[in-house]
Amino acid sequence: MAQIIIKNVRKEFGDFTAVQSSSFTIEDGEFFMLLGPSGCGKTTTLRMIAGLELPTSGEIYIDGEEVGQKPASQRDIAFVFQMFALYPHLNVRGNISYPLISQGMKKAQVKAKVAEVANILGIEDILDTPVGGLSGGDRQRVALGRAIVRDPKCFLMDEPLGALDAEFREHMSEELRALHDRMNATTVYVTHDQLEAMQMGDKIVVMNHGVIEQFGVPQDIYDWPATMFVANFIGSPPMNVLHFDGAVQEGAQAVEFGGARFAIPQQNEGAAGNLVFGVRPEHVTLSDNAPYRGRVEAAEYLGTTQIVTFDTPNGKLKARIDAETIVSPGETTGLAFDPRTVTLFDAASGRALKSHANMGVLGNG
Amino acid sequence: MSFSVTEPSSRTKWFAGTLVILYAIITIMPLLWIVATGFKSPSDAIAYPPKVVFEPTMEGYVNLFTERTRATPEMLEEAGPPETWYDEIVREKGMVISGESRYGQRFLNSVIIGFGSTALCMLLGTAAAYAFSRFRVPLKDDLLFFILSTRMMPPIAVSIPIFLMFRQIGLNDTHLGMILLYTAVNLSLSVWLLKGFIDEIPVEYEEAALIDGYTRMQAFTKVVLPQAATGIASTAIFCLIFAWNEYAFAVLLTSGTAQTAPPFIPTIIGVGGKDWPAVAAGATIFLVPVMVFTILLRKHLLRGITFGAVRK
Repeated sequence: MAQIIIKNVRKEFGDFTAVQSSSFTIEDGEFFMLLGPSGCGKTTTLRMIAGLELPTSGEIYIDGEEVGQKPASQRDIAFVFQMFALYPHLNVRGNISYPLISQGMKKAQVKAKVAEVANILGIEDILDTPVGGLSGGDRQRVALGRAIVRDPKCFLMDEPLGALDAEFREHMSEELRALHDRMNATTVYVTHDQLEAMQMGDKIVVMNHGVIEQFGVPQDIYDWPATMFVANFIGSPPMNVLHFDGAVQEGAQAVEFGGARFAIPQQNEGAAGNLVFGVRPEHVTLSDNAPYRGRVEAAEYLGTTQIVTFDTPNGKLKARIDAETIVSPGETTGLAFDPRTVTLFDAASGRALKSHANMGVLGNG
Repeated sequence: MSFSVTEPSSRTKWFAGTLVILYAIITIMPLLWIVATGFKSPSDAIAYPPKVVFEPTMEGYVNLFTERTRATPEMLEEAGPPETWYDEIVREKGMVISGESRYGQRFLNSVIIGFGSTALCMLLGTAAAYAFSRFRVPLKDDLLFFILSTRMMPPIAVSIPIFLMFRQIGLNDTHLGMILLYTAVNLSLSVWLLKGFIDEIPVEYEEAALIDGYTRMQAFTKVVLPQAATGIASTAIFCLIFAWNEYAFAVLLTSGTAQTAPPFIPTIIGVGGKDWPAVAAGATIFLVPVMVFTILLRKHLLRGITFGAVRK
């Protein structure tokens, strides 16, 4: 297994820049997520690590070796495709043994290796069936089998669960994570599903328009988004963003807008003009005496909690509150925010303002 | 009575079946007529009203494959009793076999040129189609249009320049010349058809093979070719049928060594009276290779023609 270093990698297709100069490091054995909306450059980045696309500039190191301009066949990596890409003219055994045959491995050895992998994935009973009739989950297992059978330096997965039913996806994501933990293999995983990324990843890179927006462990990214894009992309519902005109000084511990004063983490930088107050829905509380008022627009019942949408002077706001609290559309109520989790953004640049709370996270992003 | 939206009613089925059978009869009638004529005697062949029931004879086939001369009764006596069945048929007409006709050789020319140009066309077509489908080729769309545009006029429209060119470079009446010509005519069709088939093969298969340690060429031969077999088979049939049946260029550019069967068959009619059974026999035998080829590949052909129409 191996460490992967991406250094100033850039990819252009004609006039279009798919990936702007990007750098990050994937540690040995990490389950690493490339997250972003479609067209953000995450798949291109993965394909450059694989060697299916060659970077326009920059370097890629796998296990200390610079492979940026090497073809895929010389990189010793395994790739799991979204559509599985099982060879349709071969059966399950044929598919799994294909990469071994290309290495010129002896027949008996191939057989033993395939049996071992089939055992790990629990697909011994379908080894001799054609791949055409398999269910999505079994196809996925075969695709994984083909990937793990040759002990590659790392696994690259391009939305491997994207083609599965929602119900099955849950199950397979657990299986995948368990497989990773057992093999402790460096895995780079592309997804547009933030829940999947949070759930499975050791680390996440959030990309948008070919630019890395943030890089870190899931919790840091959730709690301390570096940009408004990340705040908006991560979380369901995402972070609330209340726009206001005002100013905040370095060292300030509160901001004022909408006729109220809100405590915030101590600021390390000041800003003025069009600012954004970001707070996660679960950190909004209903408080009858609070000066900041919102009118209830709708409530979605989710079992243990409910998502209540408020209309406030600074835009729409969603709160995740206890399902037992009774709210009725049209009523106006006071809103309070947990000051420890607030992030301020500069609306023009979309960048989070540094505070005592997010300093540690934004320092490395 | 049960009613279903997707399942046609028995009356609809009956109607559709009748239509298909009618169409089949209309299409197959001339063929059957040719096959039947091949087994008629010359007088039965031109009888009016046409004979549907007749006494079959191999005369047409014998005449097709032999050269004969008229013999006097003395000469016939001298030659002794006929040795073979075909000798006997010829003797009955007061003739003797003087040699083998050129049909066999012309037929062989058709096989060499037809299958040769089809093979070359598949080789070049698959390679070009793969490149157009997978690589960033500069001016790709213009090139594809240019390739297609070679079929926008009937090929025969350029027959005179081709005739002059062939004469100049010595390709007149050669197998190579005809193979190159038919390949050139068919290539646009094969590139376009095959590009469609290769486009349908997800590129991930090759990428998977590349990652599994294969070179691009190996990925092409081990992954793309087996996948494209259906398309290659159906395209090959189209190319073969054109090259096999082509008449105009064959008349113009071949006369001896490389003459194919289509221009030769009508010449059978020539000597002393109209020998329709021999012509029909020639046409019947001429049908066989394409028929066999098509039947062998028919599974692919059916899938090939409807390929891409249904999402898998």
